[in-house]
Amino acid sequence: MTILVVAEHENGAVAPATLNTVAAAAKIGGDIHVLVAGQNVGGVAESAAKIAGVAKVLVADNAAYAHALPENVAPLVVELAKGYSHVLAPATTNGKNILPRVAALLDVDQISEIISVESADTFKRPIYAGNAIATVQSSAAVKVITVRTTGFDAVAAEGGSAAVEAVAAAHDAGKSAFVGEELAKSDRPELTAAKIVVSGGRGMGNGDNFKHLYALADKLGAAVGASRAAVDAGFVPNDMQVGQTGKIVAPQLYIAVGISGAIQHLAGMKDSKVIVAINKDEEAPIFQVADYGLVADLFEAVPELEKLV
Amino acid sequence: MKVLVAVKRVVDYNVKVRVKADNSGVDLANVKMSMNPFCEIAVEEAVRLKEKGVASEIVVVSVGPATAQEQLRTALALGADRAILVETADELNSLAVAKALKAVVDKEQPQLVILGKQAIDSDNNQTGQMLAALTGFAQGTFASKVEVAGDKVNVTREIDGGLQTVALNLPAIVTTDLRLNEPRYASLPNIMKAKKKPLETVTPDALGVSLASTNKTLKVEAPAARSAGIKVKSVAELVEKLKNEAKVI
Repeated sequence: MTILVVAEHENGAVAPATLNTVAAAAKIGGDIHVLVAGQNVGGVAESAAKIAGVAKVLVADNAAYAHALPENVAPLVVELAKGYSHVLAPATTNGKNILPRVAALLDVDQISEIISVESADTFKRPIYAGNAIATVQSSAAVKVITVRTTGFDAVAAEGGSAAVEAVAAAHDAGKSAFVGEELAKSDRPELTAAKIVVSGGRGMGNGDNFKHLYALADKLGAAVGASRAAVDAGFVPNDMQVGQTGKIVAPQLYIAVGISGAIQHLAGMKDSKVIVAINKDEEAPIFQVADYGLVADLFEAVPELEKLV
Repeated sequence: MKVLVAVKRVVDYNVKVRVKADNSGVDLANVKMSMNPFCEIAVEEAVRLKEKGVASEIVVVSVGPATAQEQLRTALALGADRAILVETADELNSLAVAKALKAVVDKEQPQLVILGKQAIDSDNNQTGQMLAALTGFAQGTFASKVEVAGDKVNVTREIDGGLQTVALNLPAIVTTDLRLNEPRYASLPNIMKAKKKPLETVTPDALGVSLASTNKTLKVEAPAARSAGIKVKSVAELVEKLKNEAKVI
């Protein structure tokens, strides 16, 4: 049994989500190979070779794989997949974009966003915004799986010494092209990797008021998130959304400010270790999952909190 | 150009579902059903393309039970021209749905297929990408902006770090994200008119589609409950608890 992990990487570095995905692969058992596909990714492959528990790194360095266009990357993964029992990728926007395309080309159903490994063919995954947990068994010859990174503690980024092997295959479907990207620039930690997350909801009133959360976050070294209601209302961009349809986070501390606690928001944060809710409505459902609830006007409580931490 | 929109009948997003006592699934008896929210955004985008003169015809398709006709009628009331129901009582996995949609694409030959990025029941986020694989079309998933320009469509995508724009050759598959548009409500006159629009029913058998899946759900359980904690009276008390009790700051 050998498992292929499709690595997530950015700016020439292995993304943390890859380490959680290797951890899921280790739970399944067997040899772990990591595929690094992209352009000028020699450095990424070198880093991937150091990940604890990785036996081999396959590097597909080709202009066709720059920007991870699924039309080009999926055929590469399919070509390689035939020798593997499992293909895993993190359930990032990138993994979610590519892996179902791989599964369909292999004529198998994918298992999305697993949170635990029961055996080599059986996995648990949340459905209905996490209101139910399904145990799913796959009979596919090659099991295609995305991994919810919060379900698995990252393996060590150092300590391994895997062989690096080049993959010559170049698949360029010629059907799609990268035009451009606008990446959010922030000195704060990345939302899904942060130890502390401060999130705002509709109660923030407008986008400008998020400055109170940024100030608090900077004091705590935290990332800033938002509920779908705040994104819908246009307060902040979608890449800050925490919830069923946004990012899934599980930090040590989650501070929900002016968030009522809709089902779909809880789906994205209820695995946080400690949850704090600040809301002026004492009936808000967020208090039902909060370890510490404070019924208060956020415009008074947040600046005071910033001073005291 | 012709636009195909796929929609799914799901539990209404306001319903808090309960797991059945025998762990065979969630209890859907007497529960309000609606069109999946991301599919509403897909229908709206198609209607806007038609209003701009880019789309000439909108065909809406659903793969599901006979009752999914309700959601197809809603889509017709919102502005779709005709509907196709691939009727099956079976609960399908994404690959089977994608195969049924592929058969409809082969028949209808649309230039653009728009789907929701994920259904809020299974939370799979697979069908659009799988349909793209089966048809060999390019895919623009998690779209926040869709612009048809000649024989290409530019799709701006919501990605983890921000936004990415790709240019796709037509025909192409687009899946919708939250900010693509804000769906309209159907007006009463349009709801009445929708009753007269054509709705064709076909079976997966007639399309020659296999519904087999490599996935089998063994059981469905309620998640571990998180118990409510305590209410603190002041910010000072909160900070004290976080420092000394929870030890997280």
